Amino acid sequence: MAQIFKPSANSITQVGLLSVAIGVPTLWLGIAGLSRSPANTKVQVPKNQPVPFSHQHHTWELGIDCRYCHTSVEKSSYAGLPATETCMSCHSQIWTNSPLLEPIRQSYETGMPIQWNLVNKVPDFVHFNHSIHVDRGINCNTCHGAVNQMHITYKGNSFQMAWCLQCHRAPERYLYKDDSASGKGLTPRQQVFNVYWKLQEFGPANLNDQEKDLVRGDYNGAQPWEQDKIAAGKKLVSEYGVKVQQLADCSVCHY
Amino acid sequence: MALQPLNDVMITGDQNNRSLDDAIASLILNQRRHQKGWWMLFLFGVLGTCLMGVSIMWLLYQGIGIWGNNVPTAWAFDIVNFVWWIGIGHAGTLISAILLLLRQQWRNSINRFAEAMTIFAVMCAGLFPLLHTGRPWVALFWLFPYPNIMALWPQFRSPLMWDVFAVSTYFTVSLLFWIIGLIPDFAVLRDKATKPITRVIFGIVSLGWRGSNQHWHRYEQAYLLLAGLSTPLVLSVHTIVSYDFASSIVPGWNVTVFPPYFVAGAVFAGFAMVLTFALPVRSFYKLKDLITDRHVDWMAKITLATGLIVAYGYMLEIFFAWYSANPYEWDMANNRRYHGPYAWAYVMLIVCNIVAPQFFWIPWCRRNVITVFIICQLVSLGMWLERFVIIPMSLTANYLPSANRMYYPTFWDFGMFLGTIGFFCTLMALFIRFLPVINIFEMKDLLYKIKTAHPTPAIEPGHEPVGSEA
Repeated sequence: MAQIFKPSANSITQVGLLSVAIGVPTLWLGIAGLSRSPANTKVQVPKNQPVPFSHQHHTWELGIDCRYCHTSVEKSSYAGLPATETCMSCHSQIWTNSPLLEPIRQSYETGMPIQWNLVNKVPDFVHFNHSIHVDRGINCNTCHGAVNQMHITYKGNSFQMAWCLQCHRAPERYLYKDDSASGKGLTPRQQVFNVYWKLQEFGPANLNDQEKDLVRGDYNGAQPWEQDKIAAGKKLVSEYGVKVQQLADCSVCHY
Repeated sequence: MALQPLNDVMITGDQNNRSLDDAIASLILNQRRHQKGWWMLFLFGVLGTCLMGVSIMWLLYQGIGIWGNNVPTAWAFDIVNFVWWIGIGHAGTLISAILLLLRQQWRNSINRFAEAMTIFAVMCAGLFPLLHTGRPWVALFWLFPYPNIMALWPQFRSPLMWDVFAVSTYFTVSLLFWIIGLIPDFAVLRDKATKPITRVIFGIVSLGWRGSNQHWHRYEQAYLLLAGLSTPLVLSVHTIVSYDFASSIVPGWNVTVFPPYFVAGAVFAGFAMVLTFALPVRSFYKLKDLITDRHVDWMAKITLATGLIVAYGYMLEIFFAWYSANPYEWDMANNRRYHGPYAWAYVMLIVCNIVAPQFFWIPWCRRNVITVFIICQLVSLGMWLERFVIIPMSLTANYLPSANRMYYPTFWDFGMFLGTIGFFCTLMALFIRFLPVINIFEMKDLLYKIKTAHPTPAIEPGHEPVGSEA
């Protein structure tokens, strides 16, 4: 009986099986990698705005407090975007003829708000609240990255659930407290914003390690082997009344 | 009139290797052998599959509110059908693995068939829990542990999680076992085929099988290893399915006898289903020389034996309910089972599962295909009712009487169930038509052994037997 297949059929089969063995894990790893990469998360991908607002200029160079524009961050779930009037409180006096600010003046005249493009957002099934995070001593930069170094604002972190849970499962690694500020009677809420004042006033050399990491936007939580920091964090957890045993429950964010 | 005892010859008639090939392989190579009976099965199957497709699509569109499930009866037809189908698969694994290791050679003519049933039944079963989740497209991360961007893992302490592993392992091992056993037969079909397309298809799936000593050696090793892997699965899969219930605190579920009782019930239902398909197939395709009355007799005896274990399980359920002195357990056993609104289901269950198989004590009933077929249907129904009695019935009565609520299935509950039966029939019909229903080379091996034990008539010259002792 004639041969059904040529001898090359063996090689084709072997290569085929090998490519499945390599291809399936590659595809799997590829999807895993892509979903964690900036292509999906948009971390460090600047987002264009109607007006090229620079956080670096306003917060770092001029030293304006976050709360000057994001007024409701301490009281509400939503940090708030500034109204045109907030911009005009300075820009009616300075740079009054700048062409870059033309949309602001237009908005002020017509009463039509500027349509800023949202950089940081969570899905509708997540209930995120800014005020509780600020109140428990989570520094702005812990989540938003080095905003004080951003010309055009971008996402500092992925905001994926695994990222949220790093802190919700071990908050002692992320809570912030300025020991020198306690004497001045500052609450955790006020200490969060204190970092910038210290930076402006005393320069980077006088910040502690955690604060340096915070303003650089690369604070990822104390490493597990830094036992003294973990112990300090645990003290803060009890001082701030954070209920760790409930913090990673589904219903904390999804309700 | 006293019946003659059946002899233990497992292949009857004047057979040689060529006649075996003709009897089995021609089912694929000579498509004219498939007559009205096949088309009726196929048509029924396709209609059922359409019903299943419609039921699934409507379910995905509307959500599981179209089913009758509602608190407190959150588990109903979907879980009943899941357990029923998984149970049916167990006969295949028992026949292929345990009977192989015990060197029961009568398994050779039914194992292919039963293994196919196992795979198709597990496919039907798998649909139910997946659809029960309501959103099967996200069930991947609910069911399978993989490092995801939510840093979420399934609850490893839950028996439902163990179920996922048990059933997926079971399916994988059964499929491998089946396919490896098919390879030498694919080679026979490749060599026998005359049409080029048939030769190419069977040439590809036979993976270059040439029947060399080395091939057989590796085949035997692989087959034995898989049999060893499958053997614990016969016991473990339904044990874990029973943990879904036994590890809870629902009255009527929290019983330690559940694992062995479920396993016996699974084999019981599985053999009934093997017989349900084997009897018509052997008469339609004239395979009575290969699946003899002796085979039917043996299978009926296993059905009877496992049926008695199941009956013992029923007695123990009632005994434990009384012995526990727990009023909720006793309420379930007495007020619900014997006097409650579902008492009819319990009575039917007892008739189907305990009374009906007792007829298998009578040799005549084991040899008459009509009685065997009818009893098998009753057993299939009874085993379905058993799961109905255990699952929705236990849930309708709660610890708080004000929460008690009757369960009524809807059209779509039945649609899904009948649909999977149709899907199963479609797959079986396609299997009968396009794959060898009986293991060709093991039958040749068996024939060789029979002929060397009884030297007349001589083996046909030029047709050396293939295979060796499995």
